[in-house]
Amino acid sequence: MTAITHHISDDLLDAYVTGNLAQAFSVVVAAHLSLCDACRARAGAAEMLGGALLERVAPAAMSSGAKDRLLAALDDTPPPAPVARSGIFPAPVMQALGGQPPKWRMLGGGIRQQILSADSDGALRLLYIPPGRAVPEHSHGGLELTLVLQGSFSDSEGRFGVGDVETAGDETDHQPVAGAGCPCICLAATDAPLRFRAMLPRLLQPLFRI
Amino acid sequence: MPADILPDDVLPDNQAGPAEATLWLIAVRDHRDRAAFLRLFDHFGPRLKAMLIRGGLRDGSAEDVVQDVMLAVWHKAAQFDPHRAGASAWIYRIARNRRIDLARRKPAPEPDPLAEPEGSEPDAAQILALGQEAALLRRALGAMAPDQARVLEQAYFEDLPHSRISEMTGLPLGTIKSRIRLGLERLRRELKDLRQP
Ligand SMILES: [Zn+2]
Ligand SMILES: [Zn+2]
Repeated sequence: MTAITHHISDDLLDAYVTGNLAQAFSVVVAAHLSLCDACRARAGAAEMLGGALLERVAPAAMSSGAKDRLLAALDDTPPPAPVARSGIFPAPVMQALGGQPPKWRMLGGGIRQQILSADSDGALRLLYIPPGRAVPEHSHGGLELTLVLQGSFSDSEGRFGVGDVETAGDETDHQPVAGAGCPCICLAATDAPLRFRAMLPRLLQPLFRI
Repeated sequence: MPADILPDDVLPDNQAGPAEATLWLIAVRDHRDRAAFLRLFDHFGPRLKAMLIRGGLRDGSAEDVVQDVMLAVWHKAAQFDPHRAGASAWIYRIARNRRIDLARRKPAPEPDPLAEPEGSEPDAAQILALGQEAALLRRALGAMAPDQARVLEQAYFEDLPHSRISEMTGLPLGTIKSRIRLGLERLRRELKDLRQP
């Protein structure tokens, strides 16, 4: 595996650590941290700052019964263990998949997707792009984070291999093309619908929900 | 782990002892020590409650969430690794995740757990270094202009759009944060070497 060269930006990582990053993007960040020791260490440093802030806050007294209530609950059955990683999918992706393998839907041109969640805050999907195939050229009304889980893709911003994450914004207008060899599988989060260049994908957009 | 691994003088400016809290958490992890757990509760309960109230919760629901967080500390203690985090950072993360679970009604996404190689001895130097950096971080926070510290507290305790969090970069904490990061990164490389000889 080649080294990861495209990481999470400082402000997105801080937003993740402080709980201020929308769910779809947080899943992508957590998946990247599963693959990238450098960013996990950065997140660890940001969490130390959270701990230091917690240490210095002026305490608010707990009510008198709180301790007994807590002690009484210690022997309750512990919650079930969270969903674990499976194959190429890190734990946060398996969690979003509900613990099941992906159920791909054909998008045409051999491209497949599974939408993992979609609400007013953003959408999260898995994409499957056959080797050498291109995603229709598009720009973004907002932020798009794309993490490669298998294979690779290239576009005007560079080459993205396993673990790399592309951060695309308003100004990015790109056409990702999957590398040769194995199909490219990636996890993509967006907070606004993509804008396609060509007429045909625009007509198909409501159908694809991309 | 021997109790003398984290001498109290890691933290000369705070006798409440965050380093001590890390020892309590290790006692909970290794011995299911209820007395140590209650000390953690006495120390962090009121701080977590204050943090949650800052985050917009009312008194009663803040206490309920403190209960949830402390129960999670009890059940997840096996995952606590003092090489990677002090007790306060680890508990901050649990509290943040609980806040997300409740607000979004979806589990907070967390990265794959990092497994330590079996039978590896605790690295006292790494734990001590981390504690010292945390102490420097606290000292730097104390020396910071109140309005700068407020932006940080807002980001970590309340809701702050991520565009405003970028104001945090360029603060004097940056240097300390990057030293902690380098320490953690070096540790991970060493662990990896252990796993793949
Ligand atoms: Zn990274
Ligand atoms: Zn795009």
